[in-house]
Amino acid sequence: MTDTARGKKGESRKIKYREALNEALREEMQRDAGVFLMGEGIAERGGSYKVTVGLLDEFGAERVIDTPLAEASFTGVGVGAAITGMRPVVEILFVDFSMLVMDQMVNQAAKYKFMTGGTGKVPMVLRTQGGIGNSLAAQHSQSLEALFYHIPGLKLAAPSTPFDAKGLLKSAVRCDDPVVFMEHKLLYMTEGEVPEKEYLIEFGRGDIKRQGKDVTLIAWSNMVPRTLAAAEKLAEEGMEPEVIDPRTLVPLDKEIILESVRKTEHVVIVQEAVRRGGVASDIASIIQEEAFDYLDAPIEIVAGINTPIPFNLTLERVCVPQEEDIIEAVRRSIGIHS
Amino acid sequence: MYSKKFLADLYKALYKIRHFETSCIRLYRQGLIRGYFHPYTGEEAIAVGVCAALGDKDYITSTHRGHGHCIAKGAEIKKMVAELLGKKTGYCRGLGGSMHIADFSAGNLGANGVVGAGIPLGTGAALGISLRGEKGVSVVFTSDGAANNGVFSEALNLAAVWNLPLLLVVENNQYAVSTPISQATRETELYKRGTGLGVESFSVDGNDVLEVYEKAKESVNKCRKGKGPVLMEAVTFRHGGHHVNDPGLYLSKDRLEYYKSKDPVSLGKKYLIDRGKATEQEIKAIESSVEHEMDEAVAFAKKSPEMTVDEFLKMVEVY
Repeated sequence: MTDTARGKKGESRKIKYREALNEALREEMQRDAGVFLMGEGIAERGGSYKVTVGLLDEFGAERVIDTPLAEASFTGVGVGAAITGMRPVVEILFVDFSMLVMDQMVNQAAKYKFMTGGTGKVPMVLRTQGGIGNSLAAQHSQSLEALFYHIPGLKLAAPSTPFDAKGLLKSAVRCDDPVVFMEHKLLYMTEGEVPEKEYLIEFGRGDIKRQGKDVTLIAWSNMVPRTLAAAEKLAEEGMEPEVIDPRTLVPLDKEIILESVRKTEHVVIVQEAVRRGGVASDIASIIQEEAFDYLDAPIEIVAGINTPIPFNLTLERVCVPQEEDIIEAVRRSIGIHS
Repeated sequence: MYSKKFLADLYKALYKIRHFETSCIRLYRQGLIRGYFHPYTGEEAIAVGVCAALGDKDYITSTHRGHGHCIAKGAEIKKMVAELLGKKTGYCRGLGGSMHIADFSAGNLGANGVVGAGIPLGTGAALGISLRGEKGVSVVFTSDGAANNGVFSEALNLAAVWNLPLLLVVENNQYAVSTPISQATRETELYKRGTGLGVESFSVDGNDVLEVYEKAKESVNKCRKGKGPVLMEAVTFRHGGHHVNDPGLYLSKDRLEYYKSKDPVSLGKKYLIDRGKATEQEIKAIESSVEHEMDEAVAFAKKSPEMTVDEFLKMVEVY
């Protein structure tokens, strides 16, 4: 079913990212009685970003569970339920709050299968969302995917479109390993084509969001629409950028990236997270290791600056990559040799 | 009131844990076991008494001091020794070691290297039981040290508000590593922690296997009837330091003497002799069978292979 439904005429409609996530949860809960949801304000209220709206009515309070504000414990409860045969989807309201659950995710969930010699498994999804909103300040705006990316034993998805969000979340629920599913608060209201027909998107398969030949732009989550917008502007100048969205960071679709790099010979990686120790640095390292001879210019990384996110909206904007930053980086990359 | 067989089984389990720890500490001294090793010596009655009240379908989560729970829940000691020796035939293929042994066939979801971390895991197992509408119970073994960690209160609160079939067993051995409980909390009677959360809570003599068993049975029955969770504080004392390389010089000598005078294994034997009317000879037979099983387990572990580097690297490719 992987990606098969994509592009079939007459069978898709435009829905929002949050609606796509909602559909994924609904379908998986209908399919498998072991799937249940836990989180803060997800039942009656339907979640802060309305992802779980209507699920309480359809599946009841036993499968859509409002928790007390006890992140470490209800996440651990999810891990324990997963170990013993359930498929919990635990929601952490902001990725910032996932710092409270690091022991359960890093020391317990990620390592359980390994520590038990492969006999145990943790089929659990930790849904959370990151990134800047508009003036949500330092404790509600972070992009922390690198922390999870670093931990062997966790899978990590960061979808940028409603189509990807739905297909990846369905796969995440069916995955036998713990998945950190990173949504973005500015994407919830974005719209996109989503087929009526059921489909899954396999983890570890990136997507070419825009075909091109002159430069490879790599981005994920909310940096994808921004990078696509930048690419359109560059196209007006006669350049043909290719935009790659890995969709899952763990596992990472190295091949789709390397193939594009071999074609374009120029790379710009765009990440919202702070520059230091980010996923972009690791992708750059993979590219120089495996496609060094193809590179015609240094790899550019456009990333957030190394700072907590300020409340002030003008200053907030400065902290994360903007369209013009991406365009400038592409010009630098191409310009060196042209 | 108790059958001779029941008391004999209790004694066998107590003796087995004691003998397992003593034998494995010897292997440790010989350099055959490495890493951290936290003996359960002195606390045997808690694991044995509680697990005697459980069925195969009930879950437990254990702690870093977990060999006793593992044995009491029915583990094969040869796979435990193999794990402690880092062998491929061990419960975790040598990848987990003492602090991470899990035995799914017996419902043991595993020991844990992080104090308190097993509490939410066991609570999750209880939630699963509840959501599936089963009659099982989840027992979390935890400790006075863990009681001061946030997840203790958080998870117990969750279990209470969701009426989960959870028995939280607080093994109060009165020291968190080397810190005495009086320095760690003002209210040292830890069962009182449950009362404030609306959880039925009580304290037992953790060295008395029959007292532990009786109260555990009652609690487990309550949980099966949907009247959980229950908190049982079992007061006990370690016979040594935090781990095998810690001489435990900080332990109160008076209290150590006192608790050694009511040693749980000796008390189990006394019960078997007094109430089960077992002869010294029958006791010896139980002990010999345990010693024989242990000898075989050690031999099995010693001759077992380790996972090869190639096998390991292949296995971790998925990460």
